[in-house]
Amino acid sequence: MIPMMKIREEQSLYTERIYEKRESPIQPMPSKATVPSKVSVRSLNFYYGKNQALFDNSIEIVENKVTAVIGPSGCGKSTHLRVYNRIFELYREQRAEGEIRIDGQNILDPSVDVLKLRQKIGMIFQKPTPFPMSIYENIAYGLRLHFKMSRSEMDGRVEQALKAAALWDEVHGKLNQPGTALSGGQQQRLCIARTLAVEPEIILMDEPCSAIDPIATAKIEELIEELKIKYTICLVTHNMQQAARVSDYTAFFFQGRIVEYGETGQIFQKPKEKKTEEYITGRFG
Amino acid sequence: MKKGILMSSVLRREIEQLKKMLLSVGAMVEDAIAKAIYALKQRDVVLAEAIIKADREIDAMEVRVEEECLKILALHQPVAQDLRFVVAVMKINNDLERMGDLAANIAKRTRYLAAQPSLGLPLDFAGMAAKSQAMVKRSLDALVNGDPVLARQILKDDDAVDRMRKDMEDLVLTEIQLRPQFTTHLLKLASVARHLERLADMATNIAEDVIYMVEGEIIRHKDALSE
Repeated sequence: MIPMMKIREEQSLYTERIYEKRESPIQPMPSKATVPSKVSVRSLNFYYGKNQALFDNSIEIVENKVTAVIGPSGCGKSTHLRVYNRIFELYREQRAEGEIRIDGQNILDPSVDVLKLRQKIGMIFQKPTPFPMSIYENIAYGLRLHFKMSRSEMDGRVEQALKAAALWDEVHGKLNQPGTALSGGQQQRLCIARTLAVEPEIILMDEPCSAIDPIATAKIEELIEELKIKYTICLVTHNMQQAARVSDYTAFFFQGRIVEYGETGQIFQKPKEKKTEEYITGRFG
Repeated sequence: MKKGILMSSVLRREIEQLKKMLLSVGAMVEDAIAKAIYALKQRDVVLAEAIIKADREIDAMEVRVEEECLKILALHQPVAQDLRFVVAVMKINNDLERMGDLAANIAKRTRYLAAQPSLGLPLDFAGMAAKSQAMVKRSLDALVNGDPVLARQILKDDDAVDRMRKDMEDLVLTEIQLRPQFTTHLLKLASVARHLERLADMATNIAEDVIYMVEGEIIRHKDALSE
């Protein structure tokens, strides 16, 4: 027989929980002043040689949240993200102006140690980019760059990183096999593990799921949900549904400008700007 | 990007199709209401029977519209104005089906009342029906034109219809005490007033959904929530 009493008890517990929740007043969207922002971008302009790609970008990236960056191709989404870890400096003709404060420090200041900055800000790219080494070495390589540790410590950190990237169960028996032998989705998680191993605070993801299948995508999305407890995540995506599913905030870029930035629920139900509405409903052009 | 544009043109067509389907349900319901009121006035039992029968078509259309909405939600996962449109259509569709039921209910009361002699009460069914019918018509106009200004006017009109129903009910209650032998007859009259008032309520619901569809704001129960 179905234990009806038990179901009833559970239901009343559930009801109590709802009432408990209701007792604390419903919070409106936290105003910009109250949300702890991890990255504070002010008046950022960016140039590829003479071509200006970003115009007066100002945005507050909220700590321990997922911020999705959406917009048509060539709108400056990736360019914007690439400024945060100064990866653009690898190209001489590229230059950024303005201010990006991470935990209060302007990271565009030339005195900032770029190696330390990039340890703090991990990056995941569109195509998985495992090093041509073993699975183990893919993670250990970055660790050796930043920290000195014993072999057993190293083993521990590698395992920890693979577990955090939800890959451990699939690879723990074959850590010496080449990383490139893994499937696309696994390779992408290996790259995430590599990033997590050096204990970053911010993770930038530039279309991390565009080259992998829906099941692998679901795994990465699930992972993003877990990772935001510890990290602040910025995600560039062309997949609107993905932005809606995984992000807390969404920024819409168009022609190098931030057209609209707000809570994801608001952007996808009731965008304030006409351009945003046109883009997300596919009425562009 | 190319894929996005292609997908959305399919969605555009589906949404246009959905709009047409909903409007034809609206037309069927308006027709049923007009006929129900006419049959009541003319004591036309044959017409009343036809209205009761025709309600099944409205019910069938309601199911088709709902299936279409579910299909769009599943296949296109619309957002922003498209999402609001599909959600509003689902709710309005439901209200229209209920309005069809109300027209059929009035027709059922007509079946009984047509066989009874008039009690000679000053019940202004014609006036009340005209008000309710006008609200229904305007709510559908607001829907077609996506007109929140018109929708807001409809919300105001509802109070007058509510008052008319209350006056009629008071009158019926007094009459029941004076002429208890006519209780069944009197209760049927009160029931017609109730159905006409519910029609106006449904028009109000549609108006609220039109406002949501256009402005993205749920204005229903606003007073209760702000307390």
